Amino acid sequence: MKNKVLVGTRKGLLVLEKQNGSWKIVADHFMGIPVNLVFEDARNGNWWVALDHGHWGNKLHFSSDKGATWTEITAPQYPDGAMIKDDKPASLRYIWAFAETGNGLSEGLWIGTEPGGLFHMDRECKMDLVETLWNHPSRPEGWFGGGRDYAGIHSIVVDSRDPGHIYVGISVAGVFETRDGGNSWYPKNKGLRADFLPDPQAEIGHDPHLLVSCAAYPNVLWQQNHCGIFRTTDGGENWSDISDPDGDANFGFAIAADPNDPLRAWVAPATSDGVRVAVDKKMCICRTDDGGNTWKTFRNGLPQEYAYDIVFRHALISNGTDVLFGTTTGNLFSSADEGENWSTISNFLPMIYSLAFAS
Amino acid sequence: MANVNFTHALKRFYPKLEPFSTTCENVSELIALLDDKYPGLRNYIVDEQGQLRKHVNIFIQQKLIKDRINLQDPIQPDDEIYIMQALSGG
Repeated sequence: MKNKVLVGTRKGLLVLEKQNGSWKIVADHFMGIPVNLVFEDARNGNWWVALDHGHWGNKLHFSSDKGATWTEITAPQYPDGAMIKDDKPASLRYIWAFAETGNGLSEGLWIGTEPGGLFHMDRECKMDLVETLWNHPSRPEGWFGGGRDYAGIHSIVVDSRDPGHIYVGISVAGVFETRDGGNSWYPKNKGLRADFLPDPQAEIGHDPHLLVSCAAYPNVLWQQNHCGIFRTTDGGENWSDISDPDGDANFGFAIAADPNDPLRAWVAPATSDGVRVAVDKKMCICRTDDGGNTWKTFRNGLPQEYAYDIVFRHALISNGTDVLFGTTTGNLFSSADEGENWSTISNFLPMIYSLAFAS
Repeated sequence: MANVNFTHALKRFYPKLEPFSTTCENVSELIALLDDKYPGLRNYIVDEQGQLRKHVNIFIQQKLIKDRINLQDPIQPDDEIYIMQALSGG
């Protein structure tokens, strides 16, 4: 069982450790520097962080000794001639996603970025833009930024049965799938709804805020979308709207899937696109145990007045029992009973961007 | 020779960074030289297209360089050059 959690914040990386059943902050790194993304490579235990320096650009660092030392490697670089559009050269704006490439492919990482490039990093840390996705005919006119200037690949889901079977979630474009290790890509957005487009059922132009899968049942994927919560049981061929228009689980950014139970997931609701605060200014976490047919709302231990917190897309995690989330106003909470009761880890942290279990 | 100076902020990432003198004739040459002396430093100052990062400023004789894209501002002998961070919030 992983007994640590990495927390990426606007002012550095925190390390939590579970001690006697409670999560404690035990270390911090990169003091004062925005750490927008954290990740542990399960194959070798390496910790990875993406830094978003205000002045010096996005950087990648890893630690193979649990944070005792860190090594910087060259961040993804868009090649000469890569253009966002005809008159706009592409350069790295943000690092949005890490995923292991999986056994069978050259060992390394997939890295998702803004302005819309997926990179493959091999075990020698050599980076290559995945040209097949970058050159997808839908990209120049059909992908665009949502909340940021350009489209970003924020979700990478590798099928636990097949490392060549990969989904990416792109804001704003939608879900794309490859079954051949990235040689060809196909949109998988049937059943989604893009209320902000002239044609809400358009093939391209959807806004999945986060895409996750059930590790034990890879055909089951979930997404917290700009326009609701959606689930598929057939590997993305058809998506079903599982939002709760009469309840709390509708708009938000984060979603966590139970790694073993394909019927269970958690979301961190916000009021709406136009009012990005906790629903009724009362914090809650919602959980479904039946594939999204119904949602339960849990509040015990969470602030129930004047709560303006938002949970960013990478800031809600669950291993099936422990659930943790961090908020834009620096609150960090944990639950040891599947999200039903909550404890405060801290109310005084910087804005929280990203959480990841670690060992 | 021109003298090159740095914002103290960069010393956090390159602790051995020190002012030095150069015969480079323009900013582009200077950035290449910097990366030879301090591998990787280039990526802190310019992006992968070679353009000066948005929140980085380079001053020659106390004037901001004009060409942030191709970095062709000339450097004269005895110029004082400063590589600085712009002011930004947060």
